[in-house]
Amino acid sequence: MNAIEVKNLTKKYNDFTLDNISFYLPEGSIMGLVGENGAGKSTTIKLIMNAISRDSGEINVLGCDNQSPGFEKLKNEIGVVLDEAYFPEVITAANVNSIMKHTYSNWDEKAYFDYLNKFSLPKDKVFKDFSRGMKMKLAIAVALSHNPRLLILDEATSGLDPMVRDEILEIFNDFTRDERNSILLSSHIISDLEKICDYIAFIHKGRLMLFEEKDRLLEEYTVIKVSKSDFEALPPEAVKGKKVTNFCVEALVLKHKIPPSLETQHTTLEDIVLFLAKGDGR
Amino acid sequence: MVLDIIISNTSGKPIYEQIYSQIKNHIISGNLKEGDMLPSIRTLAKDLRISVITTKRAYDELEKDGYIYTVAAKGCFVANKNTEIIREGMLKQIEDYMRKICELAPACNLSNEELIEMFRIIQEEENIP
Repeated sequence: MNAIEVKNLTKKYNDFTLDNISFYLPEGSIMGLVGENGAGKSTTIKLIMNAISRDSGEINVLGCDNQSPGFEKLKNEIGVVLDEAYFPEVITAANVNSIMKHTYSNWDEKAYFDYLNKFSLPKDKVFKDFSRGMKMKLAIAVALSHNPRLLILDEATSGLDPMVRDEILEIFNDFTRDERNSILLSSHIISDLEKICDYIAFIHKGRLMLFEEKDRLLEEYTVIKVSKSDFEALPPEAVKGKKVTNFCVEALVLKHKIPPSLETQHTTLEDIVLFLAKGDGR
Repeated sequence: MVLDIIISNTSGKPIYEQIYSQIKNHIISGNLKEGDMLPSIRTLAKDLRISVITTKRAYDELEKDGYIYTVAAKGCFVANKNTEIIREGMLKQIEDYMRKICELAPACNLSNEELIEMFRIIQEEENIP
C-alpha cells in the first residue's frame, strides 16, 4: 500500500501555481521533498493534510481520499511537525502531556515520557526557555506519542545544529524500523535527505522536476569535468546540466550514456539538484 | 557469527552491488552456512543507514542467483548451494579472462614478466592483499 498518493495535483494562486504534481510514498519508506524556498513544498504538505483545498487532482493518505469524511478520523494516525513548534510559552513538557491526553484519542502517555527521556528533555522547564533544538524535539516527541503510522515534517531540521539534526534523523530511522510506518519530510538541507530518504521528490517553481528512488539517482547521475572538445563529443541526451568556464566544462550526465573512460567525480544529491535546478541543459 | 558489511559511498560501485557481493562472499567463504538466517531487510537497511529499497534489491538478486531463499513471514535463509560448484564457476571465469589476456598480450608485445608486473600494480591500486 502507499502511505501517500498524489495524482495530478494542481493549486493556483495569483502569483504561484503548483502544477500537476504526481508522486507516491510506499508504506514503510521515507520520502524527501526538496526544493528552494517558495518552490511549493509547504503548499504540497498543506494540500496533503487538506489544510488548504486543491483545485484539481487526487490525494490519498493511508488509503483514504483526504477530502472524504473518513479522513478526519485518520488524522489521529498522522503526526505533523512544522518548522516552528507552537506551544504556549509558560507550559512545561509535563503540561503538554495533560493537554494532549485530551486532544488525541490514542495518546500514549508512557511513550511520551519515554521519548522525553530519550531526547533528554526536561519535564518541568517552561517552553520559552527551551532552545530551538529542544523545541523541535518536543514537537517530534508529541507527534510520535499518539502512535502515528505517518509522520509529515515541514523543514523540521532547518536551523538546528548538525548534532541535533543527526539525533533527529536517527529518530526517523528508528521510527521506520516498523514497516507500517512512513515519513514525508521536506527540507532544503539536501545532505540530511541524502542520509535518510528512500525516495526523493524535487519541486522547482511549482513543478515536479524529479521523483525517483534516491540510490538510483546516485547510480544514474554523475558529475564530470572535461575539456570543451570532449564535452562537444558527448551524446546530447547524456547531458542533464552544465557549467561552462573558460577552462573546462562541468556537467551532470547520465553515467551509462558516456564513454567509460571519462573520469567521474564523487556526486552528491545536492550536486544533482543544483544542476537540474539551473536547467542549463543543451 | 560476525557479519561484516561495509558500505562505501565513494567507491562508485552501486550500494546494492556492494551488499550483494559481500553477502555472497560470506556465503562462499563459509562464514554464512546453509540454513543460516540473514538479517531482515529492514534491520540491515536501518543499521547500515541505507535505503530499504536498495537492500531489497540486493536480496532479490541474491535470491535470483540461488544464494538465499525466502520463507514468507519468517525471513531469508542461506540456500543449499554447493560452494564447490560456485568456486568452479569462478575458476572458469578466471580462465576465460586469462584466455583473453593471452590473445591481447602478443598484439601489444607484452612479455609474461610485464603482464605479472601489471597484475601487481593493479592489485596495489585496488588494495587487494
